Amino acid sequence: MMVILLLTHQLVEYALEAIKQGSAVVGLATKEYAVLVALKRNAEELGSYQKKIIKVDDHLGIALAGLAPDARVLSNFLREQALNQKMIFNRPLSTEKAATLLADKAQKNTQSYGGRPYGVGLLVIGYDETGAHLFEFQPSGSSLEYVGAAIGARSQAGRTYLERSFEAYANSTKEELIVHGLNALRDTLAQDKELNSKNTSISIVGKDIDFTLYDDDDVQQWLDRLDSVSNARTGVNNDNNDDDDNNDDNEEPTKKEGEDEEDKMETD
Amino acid sequence: MEHDPFRWGRPSDQAYGEYNNSIAHAGQQQSFPKMNTQQPIVTGTSVIAIKFKDGIVIAADNLGSYGSLARFTDVERLFPVGDHAVVGISGDISDLQYVSRLLEDLEIENNYDYDGHSLRAPHIHEYLQKVFYHRRSKMDPLWNSTIVGGLDDSGKPFLKYVDLLGVQYSAPTLATGFGAYLALPILRKVVFEEKDVEKIDEETARNAIKECMKVLFYRDARSLDKYSLITITKKNGVVFEKGLKSEEQSWRFAKDIKGYGTQKV
Repeated sequence: MMVILLLTHQLVEYALEAIKQGSAVVGLATKEYAVLVALKRNAEELGSYQKKIIKVDDHLGIALAGLAPDARVLSNFLREQALNQKMIFNRPLSTEKAATLLADKAQKNTQSYGGRPYGVGLLVIGYDETGAHLFEFQPSGSSLEYVGAAIGARSQAGRTYLERSFEAYANSTKEELIVHGLNALRDTLAQDKELNSKNTSISIVGKDIDFTLYDDDDVQQWLDRLDSVSNARTGVNNDNNDDDDNNDDNEEPTKKEGEDEEDKMETD
Repeated sequence: MEHDPFRWGRPSDQAYGEYNNSIAHAGQQQSFPKMNTQQPIVTGTSVIAIKFKDGIVIAADNLGSYGSLARFTDVERLFPVGDHAVVGISGDISDLQYVSRLLEDLEIENNYDYDGHSLRAPHIHEYLQKVFYHRRSKMDPLWNSTIVGGLDDSGKPFLKYVDLLGVQYSAPTLATGFGAYLALPILRKVVFEEKDVEKIDEETARNAIKECMKVLFYRDARSLDKYSLITITKKNGVVFEKGLKSEEQSWRFAKDIKGYGTQKV
């Protein structure tokens, strides 16, 4: 029995690790708007980019870091719940309820033998009668509300940006909020990478705007708003070692010590 | 002499006929085709309601009739749900009790969330409509007509009807059962259409409802002069008045009614 308990516990740790393997997503919320920005990956040069942001309902959406198939299972579940709420009560699923439902579903996986936790972290944004909200969901079964959150590879740099600027964007317009999001996302990039219309996804929901997703060519208008320091990193934290561990985050986290390329799960 | 020990001490077939074994197995036996509710048994009569500028007033008497017998005189047929909603139920009392439990569960489940999303009258109505239509589709209806009242999402007065078929409609004055014939015309003199609601204050609405409850007691033989009344406003929330009595009754008209009773026509 002890062994099983130990295994389940470890699986959750692995699941949380899988999130860190996924590319970064950043979420921000004010009272009126919530924004998600995400960095998309393509498995190979000729391949398409993996979708990072999924619309759930007119007022609700998620961004994922980790195993994309698991995220699809969870987003289908959320869509079902949102439709149910619409059909039975004629009201939109509240953002907090959505996050709680996800957490409850994920927690069940952690306490059953033979099951595995979901290998994906989500940022959930939504707008309802209590305003705009941002929740971070983890496969351990926790979901907490934030005004700014970042998950995925090198997300600590994005979080650092948010920690520095969350007071500044508390009352900002939706345009400013997206730019703040892109700034945070840009900070998570490796030195040789930059944001472009192919690898960036943006979504917003809020007071006067349904959940809207910008991809590909629609992203350019937002990238154009980034300051002239260009797509390069802001350079405030060049040591790029501002997170809790002692690893040099300039290295791709997928190439950490002792990790066999073949063992690795495909995370996005 | 009975030689079978198994039959000792049992009523003799000679006196009572052969024992019907299905009696011992009643409950396990499913008759086919299955039979569902064909008619209400213990019933509650009309529920009446009216909108006024700040909210709604709704009333229902406390009688549970068993056919024409006034069997129960303390039945509560108004159920507040959440902070700004009430459901008034007429029709079968056992189904009323089932629905009231559904509403109770609904409120409890909603309170677990505690996320500032309160259950309001339109949500409760939508839910009830789904329950009623689902049950009629199973050919096992909940034998009730209900009025859901309260405040809608924007704090405006809300009144909507739904019945055993899942039929639903909204109006500034509503009544179920006999009330639809006896009370609605009186209520419509006060509020004829939606735009009249703005002109009516709580006092006027209450008086209209009280007058209607009296008329219903005069003319509806399955009614009682003891009733409950609920007023819902943004300011005061749900105000529940129980055990009200129809006052200043005058039965002088009764002697002129011909066609039944003791008088010769």
